[in-house]
Amino acid sequence: MISMRRWRKRGQNTFINHFILILLVLFALGPIVVLLFNAVKNNAEIGRNPLGFPEVIHLENFGEAWEKGQFGKTVGNSVFLVVNTVVLELVLGGLAAYGLARKQPPGSNIVMFYMLVASTIPIWLYLVPLFFTWRTLNLLNTHLGLILIYVALNAPFSIFLLRSYLLGLSVDFEDAARVDGANELQVLTRIVLPLTWPGFLTVGLIVGLGVWSEFQIALIFVQEPDMFPMTTSFFKFSDRFSRDWALTSAGAVMMIIPVLLLFLALQRRFIEGLAQGGVKL
Amino acid sequence: MTRDVLSSKEGVDTHEVVPFVKDDLPPKVAIPWSRYRFMQKVVIPWAFILPILLLHALVVLLPAIQGVYYSFTEWSGFGAAEFIGLENFRRIFFEDTDYGRALGNNLLWMVFFMTVPFAMALFAASLLSRVKTGGLIYRMLLFLPYVIPSVVVASIWRYLLSPRFGIGAQLSNIGIQGLDVAFLGRTDTALLSIAFADNWHFWGFLMVLFLTAMQAIPTDLYDAAKVDGANRWQEFWNVTLPGIRPTVFFMLMMVMIWSFLVFEYVWLLTQGGPGGSSEVLGVVIFKNAFRRFDAGYAAAQGLTISFFASIIVLLYVYLRKRGWDI
Repeated sequence: MISMRRWRKRGQNTFINHFILILLVLFALGPIVVLLFNAVKNNAEIGRNPLGFPEVIHLENFGEAWEKGQFGKTVGNSVFLVVNTVVLELVLGGLAAYGLARKQPPGSNIVMFYMLVASTIPIWLYLVPLFFTWRTLNLLNTHLGLILIYVALNAPFSIFLLRSYLLGLSVDFEDAARVDGANELQVLTRIVLPLTWPGFLTVGLIVGLGVWSEFQIALIFVQEPDMFPMTTSFFKFSDRFSRDWALTSAGAVMMIIPVLLLFLALQRRFIEGLAQGGVKL
Repeated sequence: MTRDVLSSKEGVDTHEVVPFVKDDLPPKVAIPWSRYRFMQKVVIPWAFILPILLLHALVVLLPAIQGVYYSFTEWSGFGAAEFIGLENFRRIFFEDTDYGRALGNNLLWMVFFMTVPFAMALFAASLLSRVKTGGLIYRMLLFLPYVIPSVVVASIWRYLLSPRFGIGAQLSNIGIQGLDVAFLGRTDTALLSIAFADNWHFWGFLMVLFLTAMQAIPTDLYDAAKVDGANRWQEFWNVTLPGIRPTVFFMLMMVMIWSFLVFEYVWLLTQGGPGGSSEVLGVVIFKNAFRRFDAGYAAAQGLTISFFASIIVLLYVYLRKRGWDI
C-alpha cells in the first residue's frame, strides 16, 4: 500500500515536472513560432489573425524582403565578417594558446592575468577613444576595422578555451614528433591540430555566432550602408518598414535560419561552448 | 631516457632534443643558457603569443588608458583635448539629471536581472535535473532563444508587445481587458518591457549553467537527504542550492556588471524613450559621444561605469578571500 502510494506520487511528480517544463518550452518557442508564421502571411491576414496559424502560405514575402532589405549585399558582408574573424581568431588565438599551454615562457602568467582582468573592463571605458583611434587609422567604415575589434574582444575567451584543450592533450605526442625531426610549425599543424580540433570547432562556432549577431559595435563603427552587416541593415530596414510586419518577419527569418540549422545540428557543442565562455570570463 | 642515449642516436641534432631531455633530468641540473635555448624558450613562444596580445592591447588596453585621460578633459573627438580637471565629474554628479535617471534605470535593470532570470533558471534547472527522459531536448529548446540575434529578438517583441497585434490585443479579444497598451510607448512600462524581452533571450543560458552545476552534485547527498525524509523544497534548499552556490554567486556578479553595460536592447526597442524613461547609462554615453560629440564627457561617464564594475568585482574577491564559499 505504501509503495503503491509512493509510486503514484512519483508518477504525479514526473507528470507535473513535464507539464511545467512544456509550459516553459512554449514560452521560449512561442515567439519564434509567431515570427515564422508571420513571415508567410500577408499583412491583411496578420491584421485578421496576428498570432495564429497561416491560412495561405505567401512565400513571395522572402523575395520581397530580400530585395527591399538589400539582403544580397548584407549577407555577403556578414559572411565576410564571420569567416575572416573566425579564421583570424583561430590562427592568432590558437598560436597564443599553444605558446601559453606548452612553452610557458617567462611572463605567461602575466598574460593570463591580463586576459582575465581585461575581459572585465567595461566596454564603455574604451569604446569612445577606440572610435576616434579607428578614425585616425582610417579603419572606420571598413570591414577590417570590425574584424580587428571582434578578434580582439573574443581573444580572452578563445585563448582560455583553446588553452584548456591543449593542456588536456598529452605532451608525449608532440615530443615524439620532435624526436622525429619535426619543427615547431609542423608539430602544431600535424600533431596538435588534428588532436584538438573539437576545441577549435567550438571556438569557431561561438565566435562565428557572436559576429553574425553582433549589433552594437557594427552600429558605431560602420555607418556606410554599403558596408552594413545584416544586423544593422535589418535594424534600419525594420525601422523603415515598421508597419509591414510580413516583410520584416520574412527578413528576420532569413537571418535566423542559418543560425537555427547550425544550432540544431551542433547543439551540444554550442551549449557547452557558450556555457564555458560565460563561466570562464 | 638519458642524454647519452639520445645524442648517440644517429641523425638527431642534439640541439633539437634539449628541451625534451630537460623534463627527464633532475630539476637542479642547470643547462647552459645558450642562444639556442633563449630562442626556444623565450623568443619563439612570445612570437606565438604577441600578435593577438598586441591586437588586444590596441583595441582594449590603449583606448581604456586614453579613456581615463580624456575623462579629465573637454574634447569633441576632433583636435586637441583641453584638460579641465574634475569638471566633468562635477557635471555628472551635480548637474546632469539624465545621468542620475539613467543610473536609476540601470539599478532597476540590475534588480530585475538578479531576481527574475535567476528564479526562472533555478526553478527550471531543478525540474530538469530530475527528468529522466527527454532532458537533452528540453535543454536544447529552452536554450534556443539565446542564439537568436538581438535585432530579431527586438523585432519579435516589438510585435508581441504592440497594442494592435500583440498578446495584449489577443487577451482583450477573449475578454481580458486592460493589457492592450503600448508597453514600449509608456513611460511606466517601457524599461520593464525591454528587460522582459532581453530576459526571454537570456534566462535559458542561465538555466544551462545551473543545470551543468547541478549535475556535478554527488548523488549520495540526495540519497542522504531522502533517508532523512527531506521533501522537495528542503532538498532544493539544503542540497541543490549549496551545491551550485559558486555558480550562482559568480553569475550574480556577472549580471550586476552587465547591468551597467546594457545598451543593445534599449537602443533597439526604444532608443531610451519615451521621454528618456528607458534611458540607461550606455544610451546616455552613446548619445554624448556620437551624437553630441561631447567625447571627453562621455569618457568620464564611461569611467564611472568602470568604477561601479570594479567595486562589484572587488566585493566578490573580498568575500571569497574572507572564506565565503562562493
